Amino acid sequence: MSDFNTAPLPERMLMAPHADALGLSLVSVEKGRGVMSAPWREELVGDPETGVIASGVVTALIDHTCGLAINSAMGELTPIATLDLRIDYLRPAAPRTGVTAEAHAYRLTRTVGFVRAEAWDVERGDLVATAQAAFMLNTRAQPLKG
Amino acid sequence: MEDTAIQSLDAFLQKVPYVRFLGMRVELAGDEMTAVLPFQRTLIGNPILPALHGGALGAFMELTALAQLSLAQPGQRVPKTIDITIEYLRSGRAQDTYARAILRKVGRRVANVQVEAWQDSRAQPIAGLTGHFLMRNEEP
Repeated sequence: MSDFNTAPLPERMLMAPHADALGLSLVSVEKGRGVMSAPWREELVGDPETGVIASGVVTALIDHTCGLAINSAMGELTPIATLDLRIDYLRPAAPRTGVTAEAHAYRLTRTVGFVRAEAWDVERGDLVATAQAAFMLNTRAQPLKG
Repeated sequence: MEDTAIQSLDAFLQKVPYVRFLGMRVELAGDEMTAVLPFQRTLIGNPILPALHGGALGAFMELTALAQLSLAQPGQRVPKTIDITIEYLRSGRAQDTYARAILRKVGRRVANVQVEAWQDSRAQPIAGLTGHFLMRNEEP
């Protein structure tokens, strides 16, 4: 396994432990756009009566895919931080089905990146969620106290 | 706190597999509920800082809202999330996180819930969430 700092951008996005724990996978990436998937797993179910994946998994997938879109737009993995994230859950995903999200970083300023995202389960045109997010760019790591 | 409310909360926490996946639990002091997200390495989003994943924090706050609703409306099915707006205020560090929810309005069909999450000091929240949830008391 390659070092976090030298691995290609998409690989580094997958090295986040939470992305790994959810089983997120990279579908595609191009400048300013990214597509990632979250698989259906029993432990990720939010409604035990229907077997539908938890909306929290969709939230994490969308947040992560938005970060991928921003980083691909910038061409490097600089530290970024989510400012806000608004998600509309249009309908529940199909039971026992994973979710895929596409994010588009459509505007970057020197300090802020704006992203839109959509998520679907089976058909690209039949969405389960839409999202809008803003990210602070080039945030520098603060030394951790204690 | 009525037994039925506590049973309803317990059922929510134990029945939803994703609650166990995140490792979330709650503490009750009378009718005041604090949700706890014990730190685990699998919650990290940025291994360099290190910082908690924004999605994990958002999911934790959404579940806190749902847990508070399960206390308020015992016996109902888990409400469906309609929309959420998450604001990130500070980076979540590699330590335990707490959250409390305020039910701003619980109507017949929809509830508006506000959640705040913090780590060291409740006066310095790390994130907030406002969400609308579809109540399911009309369904069989």
